Amino acid sequence: MASPSRPLALLARPWLWSFVGAALVYVATIAFTGGFGAVGMIQAALALAVFMVIAGIGQMFVITLGPGNVDLSLPANIGLASAVAMKVMDGSDAMIVVGLAAALACGAAIGLFNYFLIWALRIPPIIATLSASFVIHSIDISYGRGLQIKPPPGFAAFTSSQLFGIPVLAILTALFATLMAVVLHRTVFGRSVLAIGQNMRAARLANIPVGRVRLVTYMLSGCLGGLNGALLAGYFRGASVDIGNEYLLASIAVVVIGGTSVAGGKANVPGIWGAALFMVLLLTMLNTYGASAGIRLLATGLIIIAVIAAAGGQKAPR
Amino acid sequence: MTSVPLPGAARGPLLASISVRRLIRTLLPALSLTLILLAIAYLNPRAISYFGFSLMLNLAIPIALATIAQMFILCVNDLDLSIGTFVSFVGCVTATWLRDAPLFGAIVLVGCIGLYAALGALIHLRKLPSIVVTLGMSFVWQGLAILLLPRPGGKAPDWLLWLMSFKVPYVPFPIVAAIVIGLVVHVGLMRSSYGAILRGAGGNPVAIERAGWSLLKTKVTMFALAGLFGVLSGLALIGITTSADANIGTGYTLLSIAGVILGGGEFVGGRVSPIGAVIGALTLALAASPLLTFMHISPDWQVGANGAILIIVLAARALLSRRER
Repeated sequence: MASPSRPLALLARPWLWSFVGAALVYVATIAFTGGFGAVGMIQAALALAVFMVIAGIGQMFVITLGPGNVDLSLPANIGLASAVAMKVMDGSDAMIVVGLAAALACGAAIGLFNYFLIWALRIPPIIATLSASFVIHSIDISYGRGLQIKPPPGFAAFTSSQLFGIPVLAILTALFATLMAVVLHRTVFGRSVLAIGQNMRAARLANIPVGRVRLVTYMLSGCLGGLNGALLAGYFRGASVDIGNEYLLASIAVVVIGGTSVAGGKANVPGIWGAALFMVLLLTMLNTYGASAGIRLLATGLIIIAVIAAAGGQKAPR
Repeated sequence: MTSVPLPGAARGPLLASISVRRLIRTLLPALSLTLILLAIAYLNPRAISYFGFSLMLNLAIPIALATIAQMFILCVNDLDLSIGTFVSFVGCVTATWLRDAPLFGAIVLVGCIGLYAALGALIHLRKLPSIVVTLGMSFVWQGLAILLLPRPGGKAPDWLLWLMSFKVPYVPFPIVAAIVIGLVVHVGLMRSSYGAILRGAGGNPVAIERAGWSLLKTKVTMFALAGLFGVLSGLALIGITTSADANIGTGYTLLSIAGVILGGGEFVGGRVSPIGAVIGALTLALAASPLLTFMHISPDWQVGANGAILIIVLAARALLSRRER
């Protein structure tokens, strides 16, 4: 392991570039506005990056499991959990915790269902999570039809509250990300995930309970999707079927841009924060420059392809 | 996978039962389609007619073409998550440029196929995960479609309208088209010698490379073919709907993957079936809307029904192969 104290070794760390990219985009934007909104922009970026980070951490654990592992059911999961959370909370402050628990349980159930399909049908996770997402999406459409419950005022205020000018959710998510980095690198579970990603067969021979670790990983991703759905519904003042749509690309993109290997076995938590800030600031920049929705989509897609092409050189996950 | 002989089974009968299971497995796509058809016939006998089929299978042609496009990609162990938005973009080009400036429109569409080929080269040369690249491309195509056609509109070229409203005596046009598509691709991919190389590039790339074939070329060919069938799918779709919308083909990504799998294609290893894929697409086209309508189930469950069918068929397949081992 190279020591991070040497500057060159630090530069070689891929996740650093996501922060550099975020900073460059930020500078380019405030240069355009002449310094106007410099603080507000960071606050907004932090608030929005939170949702990408939460979805991204779940996706990162899944992708780290190795080739073919990816959770395509996240958007449907987030949509359904947002509806479940809003229905259980029913606008009452007293039910906030119960609603969050319901969203987490909903996500966990989806993770369980995903892994059940992978295990029972012996199909690649891509197809399993894709088929699951069809079904979840339909359940959401049917369950959430005409749902116009506003989040409880206390919950809505919490999701957009600030401490010393920093969004509270961003602080909590940073703490959570630190915790997850510890889980990844210092616990038996995290190291098992990495080991399975490096070589599933060797992991199995080393007596790692591969099935159980994969199950927990998919349930973790499901839980984080559920949590994300509840928080999004609070932040955007209501649930919707499409609320999670952008998080399929976003969750995979922040993982890839953040320096996690798409071939599995090598993960990076801080990079997810850098990548999420990069993505959010990029969209802010395009908005500031007055780009239309079409240009924004085009630029997002091209940048993701450019980053993955530059990172390249890895074994494809399929 | 390790092969575990069934306890207490003699070799002869075991082999026989394996071949029966293989046969059932091969016929699974056709069986699913037959089941859906029987259900429709039971629920609404009048639907089983020339007119009924023309109506029910109206949108099956573009779905079948998109499924074939996806099949080419799956065959070389990749996955295309951008085919839906690509079909949307092609639709937008068809309803605008191809009508107003046919030559320019045609050049753009050929350029799209070239771009698909270039993506294949990029994925191969940089060893990139296709799901990330095509997910990125899905945003690119959607962005371009919105730029070209911000509001639903445009109009299909007259020759395309004429072609898609073609009437064949006795047999509904969508069925004829499905048979033609299935057979043409079957002959090209399953019966030609280069087709075998193309499938081999998915099945055992190392062997194909050692035998002196360029894996880059096979990947580029397969992606270009996917682009070609994506373009055909967009053309067919606009020929039926007559006008376009930037999100018109979005659902095709999921439908196409489901169609290939339903049709007996494997996820890895170059084991695909063009005829199966077309049958899979027809099954999905019938199950998604006509069957649900006849069962008085709300269209909310359309996507869910596709997912459920996919899971059921995969479960049946897993059951059959488990016995085989």
